[in-house]
Amino acid sequence: MAHTATRTPLCASVYESYEPGGSFKMRMNMRTLCAAVFTVVLLLSVTACKKKVAAAPPPPPPVVTPPPPPPTPAAAARINTFTVEPASIQRGQAATLAWSVANATDINIDNGVGAVPANGNRQVSPNNTSTYTLTARSAGGMDSRAATVTVTAPPAPPPPPPPPRITGLDMFNRDLANGGDALFDYDKSDIRSDAQQVLTRDADILKRIFAADPSFSVALEGHCDERGSAEYNLGLGDRRSTAAKDFLVQLGVPAGKIRTISYGKDRPICTEANEACYQRNRRAHLVPGQ
Amino acid sequence: MNTKTIVIILVVLAALITGALALSGQQNTDISGRITSGERPAIAVVDMRGTGDAQTHMDAFNSTLWDELANAGVLKMVAKSLYPLDVPQRPQDFKPPTTATPARRGLPPPQPVRNGPWLTDWSGPPVSATYLAFGYTGVQDGRLVLYGWLFNTAQPDVASAQVIGKLYFGSLDTDGAKKVARDFAADILQQFGAKSLAGTKIYFVSDRTGHREIWSMDYDGSHQRQMTQYNSTSSMPAVSADGRMFAFTTYAGGNPQIRIHSTESAKRLPFYNPVSSVVETPEFTPDGKQLLFATAINGWVQICISNVDGGGFRRISNVRAIEVSPKVNPKTGADMLFISGRSGGQQLWRMTLDGADLQRLTSGEGDVANPAWSPNGQLIAFAWTRGYEPGNFNIFVMDVATHQPIQLTQGVGRNENPWWAPDGVHLVFSSKRGPSTQIYTMLADGSNVQQLTTQGNNIQPVWTNGVN
Repeated sequence: MAHTATRTPLCASVYESYEPGGSFKMRMNMRTLCAAVFTVVLLLSVTACKKKVAAAPPPPPPVVTPPPPPPTPAAAARINTFTVEPASIQRGQAATLAWSVANATDINIDNGVGAVPANGNRQVSPNNTSTYTLTARSAGGMDSRAATVTVTAPPAPPPPPPPPRITGLDMFNRDLANGGDALFDYDKSDIRSDAQQVLTRDADILKRIFAADPSFSVALEGHCDERGSAEYNLGLGDRRSTAAKDFLVQLGVPAGKIRTISYGKDRPICTEANEACYQRNRRAHLVPGQ
Repeated sequence: MNTKTIVIILVVLAALITGALALSGQQNTDISGRITSGERPAIAVVDMRGTGDAQTHMDAFNSTLWDELANAGVLKMVAKSLYPLDVPQRPQDFKPPTTATPARRGLPPPQPVRNGPWLTDWSGPPVSATYLAFGYTGVQDGRLVLYGWLFNTAQPDVASAQVIGKLYFGSLDTDGAKKVARDFAADILQQFGAKSLAGTKIYFVSDRTGHREIWSMDYDGSHQRQMTQYNSTSSMPAVSADGRMFAFTTYAGGNPQIRIHSTESAKRLPFYNPVSSVVETPEFTPDGKQLLFATAINGWVQICISNVDGGGFRRISNVRAIEVSPKVNPKTGADMLFISGRSGGQQLWRMTLDGADLQRLTSGEGDVANPAWSPNGQLIAFAWTRGYEPGNFNIFVMDVATHQPIQLTQGVGRNENPWWAPDGVHLVFSSKRGPSTQIYTMLADGSNVQQLTTQGNNIQPVWTNGVN
């Protein structure tokens, strides 16, 4: 291209020199032309000289015994596959490198794996994202390939649970679910001395519960044995729950925390027809409120 | 139970009750008095036959007619085994005896010549019936028709003996035969002042679904039907006198409260309960405009009254005692029975709707429950443990004028919730005579006990006229 660029303005000058009415100019241009032609010839001559060197006849072969025929050239080492599975692990997990190499005499994986056979796999467990390079060499050449294991940090552990908060219900179930019943005589709602003891203990526990959990409340159920009529027993059960509530309130349990309900004889805890069973059913019974 | 047993029981009961009444020096003249005194007219009821297809249904007819008359309790049923072989089917069958030849001096008087059935066959021994029901059935225009007669056998001739002579129609099937029998029985019973119970309803409480709900059934235990579906505990039904509303106590809202429903649509009607831990034992006044009930006020369940929607609430009793089960006199609407612990124990009391004229009707022994007025307001029934351990209730009836109690059940199971039938002759009650509690009926003298229910436990029956 350099030649062409140089020659084109020359020819253009030639054409310009033939424009009518410019004899002096033409003479000047003729001189330029001659110089250009000489340059071109010179340049062409230089090129011609080079070609002549390459084409020179080879020197006579050295007079020695001919070398043994060269061994068939060794094939180049070739890596067929080099993979890592999975490509991404959490720290502490393992990934498996697997490879298949042909024609290699020397196979290495860096990053501390070292020399390996032509076909194989190896578990690795890097702490950080790592690129493993498999290098296979042979006399015929070498090949290398890289595989990268991305290591992600495991998710942060959950925050430690908050210290357990004891609800009123928990305290109730722990302290009052068993044996908190006030018992009554037949067709009576008077608080007997044994019931006073039970209710006094209940009142202490209830006050503690309500202090610890102001949202908690209780219901006091009134129950009867099966002997009275259903109609009268509804009223009697109401008497018993009310009498027990009044007693608790006297001991300082907030009245608004205790709802009363009468079940009459509809919900006995014992169904035998004897006094022991009747006594168990004649009761005021605390349950968690709603 | 065979007829002989019935006769024996009736005779024994009649003797017992007559004795009790003699002690109390009472002379009862109304229907209930006749039951309890045992002075019932004797009636013979023949097995009737039918022409053609009508005969197919005559077994149902004859047993229904007999049961209806027997269960009414106003008649003494003469056993069929005593009847003569020649049974009349229509008035023409009666042939007055004739005297063949005139009497002659020196010869024994001539015997009347027997020509056919005659009234004296029934009025004389061994039948000794004052009344005779007979007739026959046929098919007319595809319907069953009964030609039914009731004769007074004490009359001298056929013309004057006829009390009833009437045609009764029904469908040509078993139901039709039973219906015809009931219609005929109702006419016969009316002659003796007794009302038929056909069409009356018994409301009650059953737990057969797993929850106590209000149910209803016909007077004979048929057509049992669930009336509420609260899946809670609903009990203590009451029915308005016109049969259009029923009220009850339920835990459906948490604490026990009263609800009122329509008997026809079963829909809930408005009733605003007072704010209280217990609202129970509803009772309509006879005019259906007000509701009596018991509710806890200041820790004691007391008798109150309000309009039927809960407005106009007014406290009637004011005493530190449990008071429940108000029951208004259906005749006067002015006074009530109720159960009160005001004298200690659970006793039967009476007062006006204003709380005046307080009167204790029972002796103070035992526990009393479930008072119920007879339709005429003269007798009451209730459950009482007198003479038994607490809880062992028996059914008693009492004349409110004399306060003389008569015990009807004798410690067989736990007997509660007596309620009078609209005929004033029967009682329905609940009794635990086996593993479960069931509903029974009996005559107001304690006889003729019949079980109406079998499924689950069934309690608190209320016998009403039905919708009218």
